[in-house]
Amino acid sequence: MNPRILSATVGRILRQLRHDRRTVALLVVVPTVLLTLVYYMYNDQPTPPGQPSAFDQIALVMLGFFPFIIMFLVTSIAMLRERTTGTLERLLTTPLAKVDLLFGYGIAFGLAGAVQAGVASAVAYWVFGLHTAGSSGLVILIAALNAVLAVALGLLCSAFARTEFQAVQFMPVVVAPQLLLCGLFVPRDQMAGWLQAVSDVLPLSYAVEALQEVGAHAEPTGTMWRDLVVVAGAAVLALVLASATLRRRSG
Amino acid sequence: MGDAIAVRGLVVNRGGRRVLDGIDAAVPRGSVTGLLGPSGSGKTTLMRAIVGVQVIAAGTVTVLGLPAGAAQLRHRIGYLTQAPSVYADLTVRENAHYFAALHGRGRAEADRAVADVGLADAAHQLVNDLSGGQRSRASLACALVGEPELIVLDEPTVGQDPVLRADLWARFHELAAAGATLLVSSHVMDEAARCDRLLLIREGRLIADDTPDAIRAAAGVDDLDEAFLRLIRAGESGGTGREAA
Repeated sequence: MNPRILSATVGRILRQLRHDRRTVALLVVVPTVLLTLVYYMYNDQPTPPGQPSAFDQIALVMLGFFPFIIMFLVTSIAMLRERTTGTLERLLTTPLAKVDLLFGYGIAFGLAGAVQAGVASAVAYWVFGLHTAGSSGLVILIAALNAVLAVALGLLCSAFARTEFQAVQFMPVVVAPQLLLCGLFVPRDQMAGWLQAVSDVLPLSYAVEALQEVGAHAEPTGTMWRDLVVVAGAAVLALVLASATLRRRSG
Repeated sequence: MGDAIAVRGLVVNRGGRRVLDGIDAAVPRGSVTGLLGPSGSGKTTLMRAIVGVQVIAAGTVTVLGLPAGAAQLRHRIGYLTQAPSVYADLTVRENAHYFAALHGRGRAEADRAVADVGLADAAHQLVNDLSGGQRSRASLACALVGEPELIVLDEPTVGQDPVLRADLWARFHELAAAGATLLVSSHVMDEAARCDRLLLIREGRLIADDTPDAIRAAAGVDDLDEAFLRLIRAGESGGTGREAA
């Protein structure tokens, strides 16, 4: 890894994003619109005494979902574009190391995910009165980490896609099971044993658990830190695997 | 000094088809060598093998004394792919700055590379908004920005107007005079005459490797187009194309 090449690559990816104003607007606005929808969906639902409201529970987890879903999609398409326009082939003839490119994407889209999570969290806390026992800073940190995880998984999956159609199909394959089994719809300890086992190997389960820990406890808990380490480890593992599947020579 | 590129017994298969079938060729340093042949003859595949991004089935490719694709070569090679490989959602200048940074060069060098391909006026435009010819020159600027020792250009002059084409060829000869080695592919025969040496490739085989003058003399005609036609016919009838060259 070369710091000069890495930072040039991060700058280049962010500059591409900056030129695409509509995408930036969608990244920032769509989570807010969806949060509004959820707020009014659960507005009239009664809250059992002594429990957090349905909106607090769902909005908190959704703040982690947005960067995960959107950055996965953005990364898959961006990497596929590098392949199909020939820029990847050219980059691989330059002094750029494969990890410079992959970590460049991880950092650039991780930052974009953090901005997105920051705006969505601000709206959730200030406009809709989201209440968490723990700090909002930790919520944004976990959401940003989710963005990095999504970028890493997107980079790995893009190696197996030859067309945009295939790349988009990876979203339901990779993202949907993680959303279903993360514990939002059915608590993980109430799932059948085999479903729990599947849930245990899906990194998003740990991110959601970490968010729920922040929701329930005023101080960061040991479980939360362990969950963050698991999510970060999964992101690094996916980046290393993506680097291993990226070949300088092709047929 | 030795040759900048030495190819021996190169065999490449793509999609179950033999694309290069035992190529032996050498490119001397400090020259402009033309790689000519019809579409589908294997020019791009040979260039990919030289820059080290092509899986090869047999043979060796030595570039600047090292095996093609060696990590130490990446500072020393500039590669222009056939389709313009620049970021369409960046400006010309931003593209050049990025590729300059990869080669450890600054913004001044990047801006000079953009000016050298005649795009100074379009430097602040998005590549997406450029014409096809401008796009391919933006891509060329990014290949030249690292001041590489070996410059491999896949059809750099397609879609350029005649004046610009002449300018680009003059630039290629300046670079060669300054010590760089250029391998330039084309399927336009009038560009062949501008090269110091020519490699003619057809259906994955090399049918000529010589100077334009020697090729004209061997074929007994002044017109390179006609000379190539005769070499191809000679190769087909008696299998003596290489000897004839």
